[in-house]
Amino acid sequence: MADIVSLADGVGELVHDGDVVALEGFTHLIPHAAGQEIIRQGRQDLTLVRMTPDIVYDQLIGAGCARKLIFSWGGNPGVGSLHRFRDAVQHAWPVPLEIEEHSHAGMANRYVAGASGLPFAVLRGYRGTDLPEHTATIKWITCPFTGEELAAVPAINPDVSIIHAQRADRAGNVQMWGLVGVQKEAVLAAGRSLVTVEEVVDELEPVAGQVVLPHWAVTAVAEAPRGAHPSYAQGYYERDNAYYKYWDSIGRDRDTFRTWVRDEVLAGRDSADAAGDKEGVR
Amino acid sequence: MSGAASTTAASGAQQDYTSDEMMSVAAARALENGKRCFVGIGLPSTAANVARRTHAPDLVLIYESGTLGSKPDVLPSSIGDGVLAETADAVIGVPEVFNYWLQPGRIDVGFLGAAQLDRFGNINTTVIGDDYTDPKVRLPGAGGAPEIAASCHEVFVVVRQSARSFVEKVDFVTSVGHGSGKGDRERLGLPGAGPTLVITDLGVLRPDPETSELVLTQLHPGVEVEDVRAATGWDLKISPELARTDAPTAAELSTLRTLKEASR
Repeated sequence: MADIVSLADGVGELVHDGDVVALEGFTHLIPHAAGQEIIRQGRQDLTLVRMTPDIVYDQLIGAGCARKLIFSWGGNPGVGSLHRFRDAVQHAWPVPLEIEEHSHAGMANRYVAGASGLPFAVLRGYRGTDLPEHTATIKWITCPFTGEELAAVPAINPDVSIIHAQRADRAGNVQMWGLVGVQKEAVLAAGRSLVTVEEVVDELEPVAGQVVLPHWAVTAVAEAPRGAHPSYAQGYYERDNAYYKYWDSIGRDRDTFRTWVRDEVLAGRDSADAAGDKEGVR
Repeated sequence: MSGAASTTAASGAQQDYTSDEMMSVAAARALENGKRCFVGIGLPSTAANVARRTHAPDLVLIYESGTLGSKPDVLPSSIGDGVLAETADAVIGVPEVFNYWLQPGRIDVGFLGAAQLDRFGNINTTVIGDDYTDPKVRLPGAGGAPEIAASCHEVFVVVRQSARSFVEKVDFVTSVGHGSGKGDRERLGLPGAGPTLVITDLGVLRPDPETSELVLTQLHPGVEVEDVRAATGWDLKISPELARTDAPTAAELSTLRTLKEASR
């Protein structure tokens, strides 16, 4: 049975310095509150894994939590660049950031291999691109049946994966719907998992297109209302497109970003803290 | 908006539309009704949604976030906006998008943007500069593009044209166009035909059937060959059958503007 914990306790117990950590959520259900809790708890030397390191990883990278990023697309969707990510890659600020770069197809298959308990995945990908020259985790393998040469990528098995979902029940069964990205694979590939949810309910009412993760496949669940903001939670709230534009003005400048971390994250005033106020639900 | 290009286009004649609008409309026209189209965010998404609301109501829009057959009534601002999922025929996981739908060749057209494009239609969205480990500019990276460019039956690229973005050779091959020329895709074992059409704010380029080098085949209204040459970083060849793009119709413009206005 998954433990129902506070967000602070969940991150405190499950995320350690030096861990390989995946926060997943493809545009939808991005675990922003959990990301900010990792900053608040001052985690360092993390290897961050994520297909689309958007604002949530720009914040973690800018705050100096990461030493390495494994990813396939690092931008601010619909807006432009991730300035903290760029500053780390181009100027090693605030700390050097090693990168391991894939395509979406490669990353998705790495999670599938991880979830499947296999050492690697094969795909018809990367051929002719410059990625294999710079990414050691892309190699070639010959199909033993047809002789076709295919790309091979190693499984991703994070120490801990963190996702956000709409709901869980009190046993810790998790329910999510809408765009579900690679969240199921990320949880099943990981040694430990933390799922933040909009709400913990007595009973999970079925929803069309739902994905359910049974409580025995999840380590801990933490209630974090609006914990995906500024991304969205279908059925709860819309994507805050204005925030993505606003983030461009915060992330663009080191001092503005530092002020934001101090006032909005370390002071605990961001939406993440709402989770702390709701501990009575436990 | 591409200010310089707009000025160029506008200087030729009195026009009541921008060069970006001409580009979106020209890209929309290229999408045939009923085709299955893998849509990138930004310019490709704008064009695909204009097409669906004008001549191609049965165009199937596929977004890499996991939607098959999205029918958004506003332009999505990201690849995974709620409206794409809510209006889709099916919502699927991301591994399924790439493994079940893209890789086996079920998608007709891959519709991509580019930060840099070269004379053989290779696309760079990774780094600007010669040194990958110490780039001049770090771009977002590959996303779904390498496999979209490999596996879709053909690829349309929609991109604003400038001497900085249209280069002799891309700094980094993120997605393969025609490699270093004719026959490269076959040698690499890439199943799709690659870029068959490049639509810009100045005109349209297509690969030469003999060499696979991109040549100018179409000029948008008010644009002259010299304008396009000046905005191209290689010695651009001009098709002997150079055509002139029809100006956007009132219906096309109003569809495009209505979509943009309705977008959040």
